[in-house]
Amino acid sequence: MAEKTVTIKNPSGLHARPASLLVKEAGSFKSTIKIIKNEKVVDAKSLLGVMSLAAKQNDTLTVRAEGEDAEAAVEKLASFLENHQE
Amino acid sequence: MTQVKGVGASPGLAIGRVIWWRKEKPVVETRHVDEPEKELAKLQKAVEQAKEQISKLRETTAERMGEEEAAVFDAHLAFLDDPSFTGEMRNRIQTQQKNAEAVCAEVTQEMSGMLASLDDEYMQARADDIRDVGNRLLLLLLGKTPFDPSLLEPGSVVVSEELTPSDTAQFPEGIAGMVTAKGSKTAHAAIMARTLGIPAVLGLGAAIEKLQDGDILIIDGDKGEITVNPSAEEERVAREQIEKQKKAREQALAEAAQDAVTKDGKRIQVFANIGSLNDVDLALKNHAEGVGLFRTEFLYLENDHWPTEEEQYQAYSKVLKAFGTKPVVIRTLDIGGDKDLPYADLPKEENPFLGHRAIRYCLANPDIFKTQLRALLRASVHGTLWIMFPMIENLSEVRAAKALLDECKNELKQEGIPVSDSIPVGIMIEVPAAAVTADLLAQEVDFMSIGTNDLTQYTLAADRGNEQVAHLYDAAHPAVLRLVQMTCQAAEKAGIIVGMCGELAGDPAMAEVLIGLGLHELSLSAGSIPEVKQAVRRVDAKAAKSLADEAVRQEDGDQVRKIAGRRT
Repeated sequence: MAEKTVTIKNPSGLHARPASLLVKEAGSFKSTIKIIKNEKVVDAKSLLGVMSLAAKQNDTLTVRAEGEDAEAAVEKLASFLENHQE
Repeated sequence: MTQVKGVGASPGLAIGRVIWWRKEKPVVETRHVDEPEKELAKLQKAVEQAKEQISKLRETTAERMGEEEAAVFDAHLAFLDDPSFTGEMRNRIQTQQKNAEAVCAEVTQEMSGMLASLDDEYMQARADDIRDVGNRLLLLLLGKTPFDPSLLEPGSVVVSEELTPSDTAQFPEGIAGMVTAKGSKTAHAAIMARTLGIPAVLGLGAAIEKLQDGDILIIDGDKGEITVNPSAEEERVAREQIEKQKKAREQALAEAAQDAVTKDGKRIQVFANIGSLNDVDLALKNHAEGVGLFRTEFLYLENDHWPTEEEQYQAYSKVLKAFGTKPVVIRTLDIGGDKDLPYADLPKEENPFLGHRAIRYCLANPDIFKTQLRALLRASVHGTLWIMFPMIENLSEVRAAKALLDECKNELKQEGIPVSDSIPVGIMIEVPAAAVTADLLAQEVDFMSIGTNDLTQYTLAADRGNEQVAHLYDAAHPAVLRLVQMTCQAAEKAGIIVGMCGELAGDPAMAEVLIGLGLHELSLSAGSIPEVKQAVRRVDAKAAKSLADEAVRQEDGDQVRKIAGRRT
């Protein structure tokens, strides 16, 4: 299992468009990937799930993955969450 | 007879008998199941059926109403594959050993409730989509047949608590009108009603509960009013009016091929606004004398990548060929933070209509802009191209856009690609600043076209999509008309053509005022061309001028409409 916690920098947070990009990224990995905000755990491959986090700028999110490509998945998604700007 | 007021969501007058579209709220029992596999299989089958139904709806909607309206069903299809929606249902069947119907109802309720509670309009709209799709799934699981839209007889008025896009998409031909308890002017169902040309009054609230199947209903989509079981006299008047409108329409259609010339011989060009290649046929059929506004956004919205030069060239060439020697005014990309282009990095803005959009975006992204300009120039040899830049606010923007256009022309010449050498270049007047300084702008361009939709929203600082302030939005407001007049005067002084391509141009009752203000060309949705041509023929240009002078001195838009209607 791999895990990483990041803070969202994007001023408009994780709204519809970045959320769908994130879900697309997540879909390219075999691992089970979760995103956690406070106590809420959602499936990173579910657009509805990711949108439901309503994550805003400066929110802290944890990416957790289990599976053969868990490390790579966590790296990729954590960096997306942290660095994606639009 | 009772009269009830609601929201006029789609204009027109209609009369017909009530047919209720009852929305069943199925009662679901929660059961413990010993064999979750059976429930999983049941759910799987329902999901497959739902996908099939939605795909069909998507197809018919795209055919009847266009791609933009059909896109809502893509979201429905995506939800049927979403781990948080159908995935969660499967999960609960297995872990909690509950029946499929129960978990379907539960998850739909939770998911839509969650989305509706978010402080975000986009997500709230998705809540309606989830309810729509969840309800479809539930009815399939229960083996209940949803209301059969083929029961809606032609000529009837559909009454319902609320109509979703999947409902209106199934309306058979010939529905007279629609009436609902919930919904606003901006609801999806309202947009669809307008596209189908069905008069609609929405948001009538509890009042609709009193309506019974078979009641006679007069719907006035302009006033937002319904009359229930009218007196014989009222019914007669309404039918007479509808008949009169129908006759006028037939006559206008019969004379549509003739030019629009005022009584005293002033020729007014009546053009069509088009938003995609699908609109070309109707424009030609209704004898548009050209295209006054070809919105190119569809090329960008329907694609999953920036449309290439070749793709754009093909589309522009088709339209230019179809119109031949008739001018086609193609507006360059008008896009901003209110539009969702999955492949573009358009940042979400606090206030997209005052943000980085249209010409501003294009000048900041010359690669994207030049791709479009090159495609336009290449297509120019296939017809009569006019190029128009949107949302111009100052001279330097005009000059910068023209410089890029020249740059593209030179590139193409060097590459040996032919380009027409007489392409008029014009601008949209839709920012108040541009109207006020039209005399300066007019010196740099060959024509100007007034976009009244944005000009009105910017001048009156009112978003017509916002129900709280929509009543302030009125393109006939004297403030807007004065800006139109200033623009026309500047055009006359500079000796260039001035047209109008907003919705105001499509209102036959306003034709006299507009001609009086000094417009040479009116561009409108193709459906209204015959009526507007008729209206022009009833005008005396000299008298129109004094009417226009009177109009700009009125207190408000209502007064303007009153004096405009006095003579028609």
